[in-house]
Amino acid sequence: MVKKTKSLSLNFGPQHPAAHGVLRLILELDGEIVEKADPHIGLLHRGTEKLIEQKTYTQALPYFDRLDYVAPMNQEHAFALAAEKLLKVEVPIRAKYIRVIFCEIGRILSHILNVTTQALDVGALTPSLWGFEERETLMTFYERASGSRLHANYFRTGGVHKDIPMKLVEDIEKFCKSFPKIIDDLEGLLTDNRIFKQRNVEIGIVTKQEALDHSFSGVMLRGSGVPWDLRRSQPYEIYKDLDFKIPVGKNGDCYDRYLCRIEEMRESVKIILQCIERLPKGPVISIDNKISPPNRDDIKQSMEALIHHFKLFTEGYRVPKGDVYTAVEAPKGEFGVYLISDGSNKPYRCKIRAPGFSHLQAMDYLIRGHMLADVPAVLGSLDIVFGEVDR
Amino acid sequence: MILKLQKIEKLINSELSSKIKSSSIDNDELLIEVDEKDIVDVVQFLKSNENCKFKQLIDIAGVDYPDNQKRFELVYLFLSHENNSRIKLLVKFEIDQSINSLTKIFPSANWMEREVFDMYGIRFKNHPDLRRILTDYGFKGHPLRKDFPLTGFNEVRYSEKDKKVIYEPVKLEQNYRNFDFESPWEGTNYIKEIKNSEKDGKKN
Repeated sequence: MVKKTKSLSLNFGPQHPAAHGVLRLILELDGEIVEKADPHIGLLHRGTEKLIEQKTYTQALPYFDRLDYVAPMNQEHAFALAAEKLLKVEVPIRAKYIRVIFCEIGRILSHILNVTTQALDVGALTPSLWGFEERETLMTFYERASGSRLHANYFRTGGVHKDIPMKLVEDIEKFCKSFPKIIDDLEGLLTDNRIFKQRNVEIGIVTKQEALDHSFSGVMLRGSGVPWDLRRSQPYEIYKDLDFKIPVGKNGDCYDRYLCRIEEMRESVKIILQCIERLPKGPVISIDNKISPPNRDDIKQSMEALIHHFKLFTEGYRVPKGDVYTAVEAPKGEFGVYLISDGSNKPYRCKIRAPGFSHLQAMDYLIRGHMLADVPAVLGSLDIVFGEVDR
Repeated sequence: MILKLQKIEKLINSELSSKIKSSSIDNDELLIEVDEKDIVDVVQFLKSNENCKFKQLIDIAGVDYPDNQKRFELVYLFLSHENNSRIKLLVKFEIDQSINSLTKIFPSANWMEREVFDMYGIRFKNHPDLRRILTDYGFKGHPLRKDFPLTGFNEVRYSEKDKKVIYEPVKLEQNYRNFDFESPWEGTNYIKEIKNSEKDGKKN
């Protein structure tokens, strides 16, 4: 007689520390083997796209900080690029460099968090304690440039809000000189660690074809051996002048993705150092006062400037009719903004393409046949942040 | 970049001439409009053709134009790694029409179509699992439609009396003020004013 077994359904989250936020996973288990996973998302849905439709372009920007809140400026970047493309504004060269510096800082911020929490999920506590100290330093840089540690609201259409002081540049440089040592330390803890490898090698394997079919991007794609990075293939800002490598994985498992992220941090440090070395002088925001506010001194002296200031912060600027899609290589993958303008001062439609959304979608097929204990490992390596998945 | 797009545009127009309604290149981006019944064929062609190879579906964006006869639009964004190019596919359709699902060609279309369904109420034929995805369990309405109010209809709070989270109609202490600076002479319409005028209208 064949004994019939009933599968067990297990509710994972939404308040589970390894769920990286508010993910609710309904798992069908046969013993310890996962047969099916049904992610329920949307518990952090805030209607960002709807809100943006009601705001002027300037007011819409801060919403992007709140998407992937571990690397806020990378998101802002995508929106700023979209608006600039429609307006056909030229960004001053210094602003481009500053943007790249802060985007790469964002990448390091995000990768530190991901690598260390992935380690935490599989049982290693120390990396997160070490990593968070560095994140704190990096967020201080954010604060010194923009005034806030997380929700920076620093990028503007046509440039960045304020110039950065020389002292900050020096401090970032100092950090970049010392940071590779920290990466070495983290690697010393994890890369050859027996337990870490047992938990990650050959877990959650994604083949090249699957990565393409499931709309993967960023590290998820590169970990599977597809050499694709928007900074290289569709360069924006000044990336085409910079010298950096694109780490590509071989096996497409959680361990390769971890290695890619570690290498990307090293490349980001290199990029920042190059930018600091070349950082030119000049304005940091477009001098067109129809788009960027005039400076304070002018407002005191010139009626014209005062009117511009008033109009910009009440009505905002009008963006020509049209639709554009711009994408940036955010730490988690291709972050895109599909912007439709109807010619008014508010976006008619702003569709946000979040990389995590596609990655989490593949959870079901990634986890099938794995053990329950592999769920946090796979989830960790997907690099999910619910701010952007739920929007 | 533009040359490459023009080549693709030419190719698509000659190969699929009967199915392409229009095509244009604006802001260095190629947009083709197709009829809603041809969508699967066109996508299949874009994915498999040697010179297109749009092997990744990047996103599906719904757009709502309440004033148009064909109220909804879907914009499919594709990416080709081999050719390093992007394409946008536009479909226009009416409110009661349903669209063929792309899940057979791109597995990743699954959640994207669920999101469009959730946000706009657009139905997809042959979709394996068309449920709501981002909104709350038991949510009513489709929030990204232009006629859905920004504040929504329900709000939730924890009720000390019932010892559970309860749903109530939205009560705002202060109106949501939509400053319409584009037409300075009209000022803003406050929710209470609108409500009052509606009431007056009914009385009359």
